[in-house]
Amino acid sequence: MRTGISELAIRLRNREISAVELTKAYIDAIEKLNPTLNAYVHLTFDTALKAAEKADQMLKEDDAPLLCGIPMALKDNICTDGLTTTCCSKILKGFKPYHDATVWEKLKAHGAVLLGKTNMDEFAMGSTSETSCYGAPLNPRNTNYVTGGSSGGSAAAVCANLAVYSLGSDTGGSIRQPASFCGVVGLKPTYGAVSRYGLIAYGSSLDQIGPLTNSVKDAAIVFDAIKGGDKRDQTSVDYDYGSSLAECLDRDVKGMRIGVAEEFFNGINPEIKSKIEEAIKLFEINGAVIENIRLPALKLALPVYYIIACAEASSNLGRYDGIRYGYRTSFYTSIEDMIVKTRSEGFGDEVKRRIMLGTYVLSSGYYDAYYKKACLIREEINREFDAVFEKCDVLVAPTAPNTAFPLNYKGASPVEMYLSDICTVPVNIAGVPAISVPCGEDARGLPIGMQIIGRRFDEATVLQVAHFYEQIAGKVIGAYEGGAGI
Amino acid sequence: MNYEIVCGIETHIELATKTKIFCGCTTEFGGEPNTHCCPVCTGQPGSLPILNQKVVEYAIKAGLALNCKINTKSHMDRKNYVYPDLPKAYQISQYDEPLCEKGYIELDSGKRIGITRIHIEEDAGKLIHENGYTYIDYNRSGVPLIEIVSEPDISSAEEAKEYAEKLQLIMRYIGISDCKMQEGSMRCDVNLSLRKPGDPRFGVRTEIKNINSLSFIQKAVMAEAERQADILDAGGTIVQQTMRYDEGTNSTTPMRDKENSDDYRYFPDPDILRFSIDDEKVEEIRTSLPELPFDKLKRYVNVLGLPEATAKQISRYRKVAEFFEGALAEGASVKNTANLIVGTIFSNMDTEEEKELFAVRISAAQFAALVKLADEKKINIGFAQSTLQKMLESGKPVEEFIKPEDLVGISNEELESLCKEAVDANPKAVADVRSGKDKAINMLFGYIMKKTGGKADIRKAEVLLRKLIGQ
Ligand SMILES: [Zn+2]
Repeated sequence: MRTGISELAIRLRNREISAVELTKAYIDAIEKLNPTLNAYVHLTFDTALKAAEKADQMLKEDDAPLLCGIPMALKDNICTDGLTTTCCSKILKGFKPYHDATVWEKLKAHGAVLLGKTNMDEFAMGSTSETSCYGAPLNPRNTNYVTGGSSGGSAAAVCANLAVYSLGSDTGGSIRQPASFCGVVGLKPTYGAVSRYGLIAYGSSLDQIGPLTNSVKDAAIVFDAIKGGDKRDQTSVDYDYGSSLAECLDRDVKGMRIGVAEEFFNGINPEIKSKIEEAIKLFEINGAVIENIRLPALKLALPVYYIIACAEASSNLGRYDGIRYGYRTSFYTSIEDMIVKTRSEGFGDEVKRRIMLGTYVLSSGYYDAYYKKACLIREEINREFDAVFEKCDVLVAPTAPNTAFPLNYKGASPVEMYLSDICTVPVNIAGVPAISVPCGEDARGLPIGMQIIGRRFDEATVLQVAHFYEQIAGKVIGAYEGGAGI
Repeated sequence: MNYEIVCGIETHIELATKTKIFCGCTTEFGGEPNTHCCPVCTGQPGSLPILNQKVVEYAIKAGLALNCKINTKSHMDRKNYVYPDLPKAYQISQYDEPLCEKGYIELDSGKRIGITRIHIEEDAGKLIHENGYTYIDYNRSGVPLIEIVSEPDISSAEEAKEYAEKLQLIMRYIGISDCKMQEGSMRCDVNLSLRKPGDPRFGVRTEIKNINSLSFIQKAVMAEAERQADILDAGGTIVQQTMRYDEGTNSTTPMRDKENSDDYRYFPDPDILRFSIDDEKVEEIRTSLPELPFDKLKRYVNVLGLPEATAKQISRYRKVAEFFEGALAEGASVKNTANLIVGTIFSNMDTEEEKELFAVRISAAQFAALVKLADEKKINIGFAQSTLQKMLESGKPVEEFIKPEDLVGISNEELESLCKEAVDANPKAVADVRSGKDKAINMLFGYIMKKTGGKADIRKAEVLLRKLIGQ
């Protein structure tokens, strides 16, 4: 089993290893493996070493935070003051923000050591990370396969032990699905639990930052550090979680009501279906009450998601015009011409596709039929989730209908690709928290992910159930060693 | 042919909040380009807006002052369009749930011009074209605005001007904006169409954009109405388009539209939660509103008995009205207080702005102390005027200029003997008065005033003088 954050924290405090040494070990591993894996797109080793030195100072104090001196990575859509942040899009090439995302500000205060920014689908739009302008990251478990997306680089970095943990963002499954494909843990918190300030927006009403880690406990530790209301994000909520969630993970599932909705299992790869069913059996054996429930509106979740996310994206991405920052076309005859050419050259196909789709659904004459209707169905989906959580404490579902796709998978049309988000998007629509934990492998040895979905702001139960499963399953599936070898 | 004007006005007013609508940057006018900016108001990736509660409060003030219904539940929308001065490529505005609706402004004639809605939104930056390059200054980007939309109830150029004037006056009064049209803190767009009298249908309308003075509103309405009438008389049709008013030629000409289409793809801004305002808050704002100028005017005329012209001059400026009422509260008389303000204080103020600012160097209480001396006839009004002028120039209180001994009134005996003296010393003047040249009596007044240092009661003196002259 990979060394967790709390064990590393003990070793750092016992001077078995210094933060600088730990950082150097990760830098060596990145230099060795990243040229192949392409998990990182911008490396920040200089700042990392400086941060590690500072962390070593902090570690001399008794009250140094748990994450002090721990090397980590951020998805390339999380703003870092003065450090390149591009959303893996040509249109933001070379962009250095003037501000830190709130999550990064918080982690810095904890003494975090940033190794670099990780690869992702352009503007977080995609399920394979192949729409990145830097080329796709490779799945460390089998480099012929994709990492999933859009937080593919964040998942790959943690899987290959090129970072102890990373942050990703999840708009329709972008943390959970790559976590599932790479065999790591990925938590999408409740909408509003973590500040979005400094997260470059894709679908503002769906986007949420969360951790990718090797264990549920690590996910809880990182979530503890980044959660909380932010006066710079009006949609954030200063929810009182009571104590640290990482310290309250031990709870068995006896008497717990675990919901299973058949809508989550339609069209799922049979291998995955049977693994999840095994896990459900395991919960039942350990005293959980399995409730078979229905979520009929779920069949509409996918179109609702694509309408709302694309509508918001079409507006959010309007600002990339070559005027203030990022890429600007070389030859133009007027401001209008410059904007058109900059956007035509700067955005990739998938981003253009979603901007067009979003522009269309907001256009006069179509607004009522698409955007407005989608918002109404969203409310219906929320009501169904609310009703289900009257009867259940958590829901269990597959994270994705399939395991990792082969690289450059040509069989997939955009719509087929969108279908792979079927299990994850309802969670974003409803704004509830969910975690993906490793749940075995398919016949090709590719990881399978199980999703545990909870009530709004009930990350505690979600993490407890996931932690219980991780312990009782008796094996850590992300057994890929290598990397930093720590 | 005769046509009826159908006109509505959309007014943008910059609110005088200290900070911008969605960030902490200052709203101060001027400043080096791009120095009043931050990631939020320049639309940097990852930045998020936070709605300034003061903006909501100011807009509600405007709504209440214009007799609007306040929507206690409201939200912000995104208005999407591409223009280099708009850093996010959308303006955060309000579309289908404006903060205030259904109010009115009453004109002097008693006619009410309906207010359709008032909503809050952010201003854009400014393009500067220089030596073949275009520069952008985002200092104005994110400055809070309210847009006040009137019903098409205005039916003449004079009404258009009066509407805008009254609106400006009210907004200044409630202190939410300085409404300086030349500086752009108040901007008017006029919608105008013509129809045959009695026709219930509206004609095709045009919009005259960005008119920057009150008198130009009147002129622009006249010019555009004439232009449309000429077209209609010649059998032509009006094209719906945006016009510009050129004050040099006093004419309206079509403007090139900066946007290709009017599809703004409005949708609720997901970054700003729906908000609600409690009724108590609205009531609190309502009670904090000052008495409005037209209510003051009515009260000054009907209750205080001031002549309408004087009442108008005082009620027009909030600070003047406060000064006036402050003096009354100290026990000064209505008539002398009003006359000294309009006659003496205003003679020191040449412009509207000066009266608006009303930067006098004495307090209302100090002013009242002087007025009361006149009220009690301890000094005459002429002496009060000259003393007030000295007080205004020096900022010193009345005691500096009028010694207690000055206040000892002239006794009747003294006055009588003085009058005799005056008659004896000015035989020519006396003869003139007797022969009907009544103005000559001023010579005698002058003599008495000079002798008494201006303290004599001139009305009493007149009675005595006329008796002596034998009139
Ligand atoms: Zn700002």
